[in-house]
Amino acid sequence: MHELTITQRILEIALEYAGRAGARRITAIHLVIGDLSSVVDDSVQFYFDHLSPGTPAEGAGLHFTRLPARYRCRTCGKEFAPEHGLAWQCPACQGWDVEILQGKEFYLESIEVE
Amino acid sequence: MPKIAVVQDILSANDEIARENRLRFDRAGVLVLNLMSAPGAGKTSLVLCTIAALRPGLRLGVVEGDVASQVDAERVAEAGVPVVQINTGGGCHLDANMLRAALEEIPLEELDLLLVENVGNLICPAAFRLGEHLQVVIASLPEGDDKPLKYPVLFAQADAVVVNKIDLSPYMDFDREAFRRRVEGLNPDAAFFEVSCRTGEGIPAWADWLRQKREQVRGSR
Repeated sequence: MHELTITQRILEIALEYAGRAGARRITAIHLVIGDLSSVVDDSVQFYFDHLSPGTPAEGAGLHFTRLPARYRCRTCGKEFAPEHGLAWQCPACQGWDVEILQGKEFYLESIEVE
Repeated sequence: MPKIAVVQDILSANDEIARENRLRFDRAGVLVLNLMSAPGAGKTSLVLCTIAALRPGLRLGVVEGDVASQVDAERVAEAGVPVVQINTGGGCHLDANMLRAALEEIPLEELDLLLVENVGNLICPAAFRLGEHLQVVIASLPEGDDKPLKYPVLFAQADAVVVNKIDLSPYMDFDREAFRRRVEGLNPDAAFFEVSCRTGEGIPAWADWLRQKREQVRGSR
C-alpha cells in the first residue's frame, strides 16, 4: 500500500546520484528488499512505470534482489529460514526464543547510467 | 555502462525527520508513544482509559491518525485533552513528516505525555519511525493468538505489547499463554500487559509503567 511514497523516494535517490555523476540516462536500478520489509516488487514496478516517464530514469529496468527471512534460535543457536510463511519456531529445539538476522533490509544498492 | 554504488536506505529521509521530532520531544521533556494495532483492537479505547488513569497527575495530549474522519478525535476531545487529527487520505500509516506537521498544533511544553494513535495496520507502521520514545503494539482476543506469527517485525521491535479485551476470555479460543510465549520469544525485552478497557482490569499496571517511563524521559532531559 505505501509503495507509492517509497517509489517516489527510490526515484529521487536514483536521480540525485545520476545527476551528481553527470549521467544522461539511468538504465538500471538495483534494489535490495528483505522478505520481512513488506514491500511488494510488482507494486514498486507499477508506480515506477507511472512516475518515471519524462525523467532521466524513464525506461530504466528495476532489479530486485530479495533477501529471505533468517532467524537464529537464542536457545540452541540454530540458524534457520522459516518454513511456513514467516513463523519462527526453531526446527531444531522447537523453541520460540529467536532473533531476526535478516529480512528487514530495504535499500537502493546501485544504479547503472550512461 | 558505468555502475554507481549507492547503498542508501530508502526510508532514510523519514528517519532523519523522526530524529528531529525526537529532539523536540526530549527538549520539551514529553514522553511520546506510538500506538499500533490492527483496526478494532482498541487503540482509541486504550487512549481514553489511559487519559482517565493518568489525570490529573499528568498532562496528556493525543494525535489521532486515521485514513479519514474525525470520529476518534471527537471521542478524545470529549475527554478534555488537546487532540490533533491527521487524516492520511488513504495512506496506510503515519510517517515522521505527518507527525511533524501535527506538532505545530500541539503545545509540547505543556505536556507530560503525548499519545500518537497510528492508522490501524500491523504492517506498514513498523517501517516508519515517528521520533517516538516507545512503540506499543495492541492486540486483542478476537484477533486470535497467531498475530505475532503473521506480523513478526512489528512485535519484534515493540517496547510494549498490550493485550486488550481480556474480559472476553471465557468466550474466546485465544491462548493467552501461547501468545505471550511467542511475543517473549521474539522480543524478550518488551513489557507485557493484559488489560480490558471495558472493565478497567490491568489498566493500573499499564498506567504505572507509563509514569515510570515519563520520569525517565524527564530525568534525561
